[in-house]
Amino acid sequence: MKIDRLIRMANDISDFFNAESNKEIAAEGISKHILRSWDPRMRNDIITYCMQDGSGLNDLTKVAILKLQQS
Amino acid sequence: MSINKEQDFGTPASTASHLVTLEIDGFTVTVPEGTSIMRAAASIGIDIPKLCATDSIEPFGSCRLCVVQIEGGRGMPASCTTPAAEGLKVVTQNQKLAEVRRGVMELYISDHPLDCLTCSANGDCELQDMAGAVGLREVRYNPIETHLDAIKDESNPYFSFDPSKCIVCSRCVRACEETQGTFALTIDGRGFDSKVSPSQNESFMDSECVSCGACVQACPTATLMEKSVIDHGQPEHAIITTCAYCGVGCSFRAEMKGEQVIRMVPNKDGQANHGHSCVKGRFAFGYATHKDRMTKPMIRSSIKDAWQEVSWEVAINHAASELKRIQAKYGKDAIGGITSSRCTNEEVYIMQKLIRAGFGNNNVDTCARVCHSPTGYGLKQTFGESSGTQDFDSVMKADVIIVIGANPTDGHPVFGSQMKKRLRQGGKLIVVDPREIDLVKNSPHVKANYHLKLRPGTNVALINAFAHVIVTEKLMDEAFVKDRCDIASFSKWETFIAQEHNSPEATESITGVPATEIRAAARLYATANNAAIYYGLGVTEHSQGSTMVIGIANMAMATGNLGRVGVGVNPLRGQNNVQGSCDMGSFPHEFPGYRHVSDPVTHQMFEAAWQAELSSEPGLRIPNMFDAALDKNFMGLYCEGEDIAQSDPDIQHVHAALRSMECVIVQDIFLNETAKFAHVFLPGASFLEKSGTFTNAERRISPVRKVMTPLAGYQDWEVTQLLANAMGYPMNYNHPSEIMDEIASLTPTFAGVSYEKIDQLGSIQWPCYDEASVGTPIMHEDSFMRDDGKGLFMLTEFIPTTERSSSKYPLILTTGRILSQYNVGAQTRRTENNAWHAEDLLEIHPHDAEDRGVKTDDWVGIKSRAGETVLRALVTDRVQPGVVYTTFHFPESGANVITTDNSDWATNCPEYKVTAVQISKVNQPSEWQAKYQAFSEKQLDLLEQGISNV
Repeated sequence: MKIDRLIRMANDISDFFNAESNKEIAAEGISKHILRSWDPRMRNDIITYCMQDGSGLNDLTKVAILKLQQS
Repeated sequence: MSINKEQDFGTPASTASHLVTLEIDGFTVTVPEGTSIMRAAASIGIDIPKLCATDSIEPFGSCRLCVVQIEGGRGMPASCTTPAAEGLKVVTQNQKLAEVRRGVMELYISDHPLDCLTCSANGDCELQDMAGAVGLREVRYNPIETHLDAIKDESNPYFSFDPSKCIVCSRCVRACEETQGTFALTIDGRGFDSKVSPSQNESFMDSECVSCGACVQACPTATLMEKSVIDHGQPEHAIITTCAYCGVGCSFRAEMKGEQVIRMVPNKDGQANHGHSCVKGRFAFGYATHKDRMTKPMIRSSIKDAWQEVSWEVAINHAASELKRIQAKYGKDAIGGITSSRCTNEEVYIMQKLIRAGFGNNNVDTCARVCHSPTGYGLKQTFGESSGTQDFDSVMKADVIIVIGANPTDGHPVFGSQMKKRLRQGGKLIVVDPREIDLVKNSPHVKANYHLKLRPGTNVALINAFAHVIVTEKLMDEAFVKDRCDIASFSKWETFIAQEHNSPEATESITGVPATEIRAAARLYATANNAAIYYGLGVTEHSQGSTMVIGIANMAMATGNLGRVGVGVNPLRGQNNVQGSCDMGSFPHEFPGYRHVSDPVTHQMFEAAWQAELSSEPGLRIPNMFDAALDKNFMGLYCEGEDIAQSDPDIQHVHAALRSMECVIVQDIFLNETAKFAHVFLPGASFLEKSGTFTNAERRISPVRKVMTPLAGYQDWEVTQLLANAMGYPMNYNHPSEIMDEIASLTPTFAGVSYEKIDQLGSIQWPCYDEASVGTPIMHEDSFMRDDGKGLFMLTEFIPTTERSSSKYPLILTTGRILSQYNVGAQTRRTENNAWHAEDLLEIHPHDAEDRGVKTDDWVGIKSRAGETVLRALVTDRVQPGVVYTTFHFPESGANVITTDNSDWATNCPEYKVTAVQISKVNQPSEWQAKYQAFSEKQLDLLEQGISNV
C-alpha cells in the first residue's frame, strides 16, 4: 500500500488526538485507534516506515507508532 | 389473499388521555376526548356516509353527507366536525337523514359522468359507494351547465387529473397542505366555478407539486388516479412491505394483480411514515421490471471479453474457484467483499459471515463507509452505541430543531413533511448549510429562524463556537451532566471549549458566519425545553466528519437534550438500510452489534456458532481495498448491491483498482458501472422479489416481503448461500427468518427480534434485549450504553482540511441529492422520475457565473486536482459566492472524477463535501467523459455479444 497514504492517515489521526494536553494519553489514543481499525499489512507498513525513515510523520505520530510496534 | 382495504375512520385519532362515553344508535362507546362522532361510530363498526372526510386529514364539514342527529340538539350537525362528548345520544340513520343524504348525492351525481362501468375507479370509488349507501335511485336534475367537458391534465407521468369527475371535496388540497406541506393545490373560483387548481391554474408538472401522491390517495373519486390503475385496472390483493429508497423506511401496501405491482400505497399503520410517501416510494418502482434488468448469470475471463451467459451452477462454481485460486496465489487476505445498504439485514449478515468464516478474513466493508461511518464512530465513542437516539415521531415534541448538512425535504421527504408540520405548529428552526435548502424559506409557512451559511469544511469550528457560547454563558444543563456524564471528560472539554479560539468571534473568519448569529442560534438551542439535532452527510463526509459527530454529541449532552421525547441526536441515513447494514457487522473491524473482532468473548462466541476459525484482526476498508488492489495485494472482490465505480471518490483511482483485480464478482439487478469492470455477474433480486428486513434511521426493523417471483430465480441471500457452499463453507438456511433467528441469538441488542414479533407489531426498534421487549423508540433514557453508563465528552479541535481553494482552484464544490433521483440513480434513472431531473447540473452563484461569463444551460468544465468533468450550469443564489454545488445521480456526469481521496481521519469516509475547483465555459465533454462513454459503449457491446451468442 502506498506509504504516502498511510503517512497521511496516521497524521490525520494524530491531529485529532493532539487536542489532548497529556501527550502520553494522546499517543495511546492514536496507537489504539490504528490497532483497532487498520489491517495488519497497513500497520506493518507504517511501523516499518517509522523505523526506517519516519520523516513524514509528526512527532506525536511517531511516538504512537512506536507504541503500536510494542503492543 | 384479498385487497383488504384499510379502514377509514373519517377523521384523525385523538391523542387525549381523558375519555368520554356516548351512545350511538343505541350502542355505548368510549373514546378519547376530541374524537369526532364519525370516528367514534366507525370504531364500533357504524359507518356514517362521508365524502369530504378521511382520517389522514382534519375534518372539513363541507359535503353534508355525514350529518347526524343528536338528542336534545338542534339541526343535523356534521359528524366529522362534531366532537364526541360525555352522555351524547347520537342517531346516524333515520328517514330525515336519509333524505338529506340522498339530496346531497343527487346534486353531486347531477354533475358527474355516469360512466361507472368503464371508470378507472370502478370498484374503488367512494362516490359510487355512497350512491349505493344512501340508496340513490334517480337524478331529477337536468343541469344546463356542467363540468363534464373539463379537460384532463395528463402532465404528471404517474397520475392523471380529470376535473370532470371532481366533486370539489378539497381532500386533495388538504392532503397537500396537511400531509405533505407543499400547498401546491387550491380551490380556485367560487360556487359553480370552484375547481381544484395546481398553483395558479397551472398543470401539475408546472406547479410546485412534488408528486408525493398524497392527493391521489385522498381523492374519493377517479379525479386523481394512478395511471397504472387506469392502464391495468384495480389491484386484487395487497402485501405490506418496506420501501427500498431512503432511510425513512416507509411501509407500503404493494397492491398487486397477480405478480404485477399495480400501485404502491403508503401503509396507514406504517410507524415511520403514517400513510405518507414521496414520489420515489409511491411511484418510482418501475425499475424493478425495466428492460435493463439482468436475469442471467454471466462470466468472462477479462473485461475485454464478451460476456457469456451461463447456468447458476456454472457461474457460482466459477466464482468460487476464482476466489480460491486467488487465495492460493496471493494469500488468504487477497479477497474480500462489499455489502450494500440496499441489501436486507439478512443478506448483509450472511455476506459478512461468508467473508469472515468462508474467506477466512475480515475484508468486508459496506457503503456506509462513504456516508455515515463517522456517525457510527462518533456516537459509539460518546454515547456507547452507533445509532440515532430518537424515533421520527419525536420531532413533533421538539421546540427547536437544528438541521445540519441535511436536506430533509429532498433526501428524506416523508420525514421532511413531518418536520414541516412541527415547524408550522411553531417549532423553531436553525439550518446549518452552505446552500439554501428548501426549509430555509422555500417551504410554505416554514422559515428558518437562522440560516447559518457556513463555508464548506468548517463544521467543527462552527459547532465549537456553538458549544463555546453554551459553556461560557452558563447555558448548560448541569444536573444532566453531573448525573449522566463522565465528569472527568466533561471538565476537560469544558476547559477546552471555553478557550477564546473557539469563540464565535474568533471562528467568524473561518466559518464565514457572523458571531452574533451563532450566539443567537446557540442560545435558542440551549434554552429550548426540547431541542433536537438532525444531520446528514454534510456532517459526515468531511475530513473531520467524526469530529463533527462528536461535537454534536458533546453539545447535546451539555444541554441535556438526550434521553427523552423531543430531543436527541438524529443522523438521517441516506439509504434504506444504512443502519441495518452497519448493525449486521459490515465493517471490517466489527462483528454484528458493533463488537470488535479482537474482543475475546465475542470472537469465541462467533467461532463456536459459525464453526470456523475467525481472524481477530481488522480487515481492509473500501479505500484500502482499492489501494491494496493496485499493490497486487487484493485481487478478488465480491460486491453485492453497491456501485463503487460510480459512487466512490476519485473515481479514476477506483477504476484503476478494479481493472487490476483478477476477479470482480458483481451481484446486482442491473449491469451497473461496477459490473462493467466485472468478470462474474450474478443477477440480483429487487426488493419486490425477496423477503427480509430493513432497519431505518430510527433503528426500526421493518419487514420486506416478496410480492413477486425473483426474475433471475433466486433471492439474493440464496445466491450468497450458493457461493458460500461452493467455497466449502456450508450454509443451509431455508428462509431469511432463520437468518434473523441466528442474528438474534448472537447479538444482545437484537435478542428479542424475530419475524413473528415483527409480524405481530408491524416493526420493532432495537435495542430489543429479550423476548418480552417491544423495542426502544428513545435511547439513553436512564443511562448511556457505554460500559460505565456515562456519556463521554471528547475534545474537538478544528483542523482545516488540506483541500483548500487557491488561485488555480478558487471555488469549493459541494454535493447533494435531489428529491426525484436516488443516489447513483440506478433505480430512479430507470423510471419516469427523469421528467423532473434528467441530468446533474452545476449550481453556481450569479457573481461567480458573471466573472466567468457563464449563463444557465451553458456547458461548464469543472476542474479539480483529481480530474475534470463537464456539466450544464444553473445560475442561482441558492449557493453562496465561492461555492458551487452538484448532484451525482448520473454516471456520465463524472461528479466523482473531481472529488479527491481526502477522507475522515477516523473512518476514511470520503470528503465529498469539499473539493477545490475552477469553472470555465466549454463546448464539449471532458476527456474523461469521452473516454468513459467509449468504454461504457464497448461494455454494452460485449454484453450484447454475449446475449446474442446464447
